[in-house]
Amino acid sequence: MNRPGAKAGRGGWWFLAAVAALYVAAAVLAPELALRALEHSLQALGRMLPVLALVFALLFAFDLALTPQRIMQSLDRPHGAHGWLVALLAGILSAGPIYAWYPLLAELRAKGVRASTAAVFLYARAIKLPLLPLMVLYFGIAYSVALSIYLAGFALLSGVLMDKLDRAGAFAGNSSLPKPKKE
Amino acid sequence: MTTPVPSNIYASLKKTARTFLQSLPVIVGMLLLTSLALSLFSPEQAARYFGRNDWVDALLATAVGSIASGPPLASYLLGGELRAGGVSLVAVTALVVSWVTVGVVQLPAEALFLGRRFALVRNGVSFVFTLLVALLTVQTLRWIEAALP
Repeated sequence: MNRPGAKAGRGGWWFLAAVAALYVAAAVLAPELALRALEHSLQALGRMLPVLALVFALLFAFDLALTPQRIMQSLDRPHGAHGWLVALLAGILSAGPIYAWYPLLAELRAKGVRASTAAVFLYARAIKLPLLPLMVLYFGIAYSVALSIYLAGFALLSGVLMDKLDRAGAFAGNSSLPKPKKE
Repeated sequence: MTTPVPSNIYASLKKTARTFLQSLPVIVGMLLLTSLALSLFSPEQAARYFGRNDWVDALLATAVGSIASGPPLASYLLGGELRAGGVSLVAVTALVVSWVTVGVVQLPAEALFLGRRFALVRNGVSFVFTLLVALLTVQTLRWIEAALP
């Protein structure tokens, strides 16, 4: 799946540099603690390396199979409960930074897609299929399945709730939003 | 004679490699930071803050996850290591879920594109739903464990 708008930011490296500085400080103040923490990090990294390889292999496969345009096209047509199910699936399959999806969702809203569909899509993004192996490694299969089912259920529930609020006029007067055409 | 690699495969490989390079410092940094925190605070201390009341755990962790920003992969690593360090499963679940579903940092951008009211209501609803998802998931696991011989 394409990850739209992914930019080569340096934030991650600054974060790592800040953590390294913390370790230097810890090594000066409490060398044993710093060493223990470092050993723990290496053990954890060794444990998760095979799973991370699988995660990135899945990311590659998803990227190849899906494009944001295809996902957005799927959201463009269906309405009501069917639309929410499509939004659920699209949210699950979507990837990349959330910032990249806002303009695309705004475009769909302007075309008449309801607020509830956007809400379902955004909530469903919590289910990350490529990251499932990592979740199973840490928390087990039963947990991963239960959490995914609840997330999917509550994504749909957020659609129901947002739809009721939308129909009650809760989002009327969103000045920054283009006036939606009727769905 | 070698067959040229199709452009879409090459593009996907490039994107995945870029994602990996962007995630690498976050993954390593998050692991190092969590290990340092876990070395500083014993599981007993973690349990003192998290583990006495499910609702309080869920509320605290949801608040932290709502403010936190970064790739979801990092939240899984953080959650997994915190869990190993003695933090309650409810708190860890709330942290992981709110990390993706509630975005205080992203709120201005969401409001700009999808409307201020929509962004506020959606994030509010997601905050409440995160509490419920965390509590229900852990309760379900308890039921499963109790039902198993």
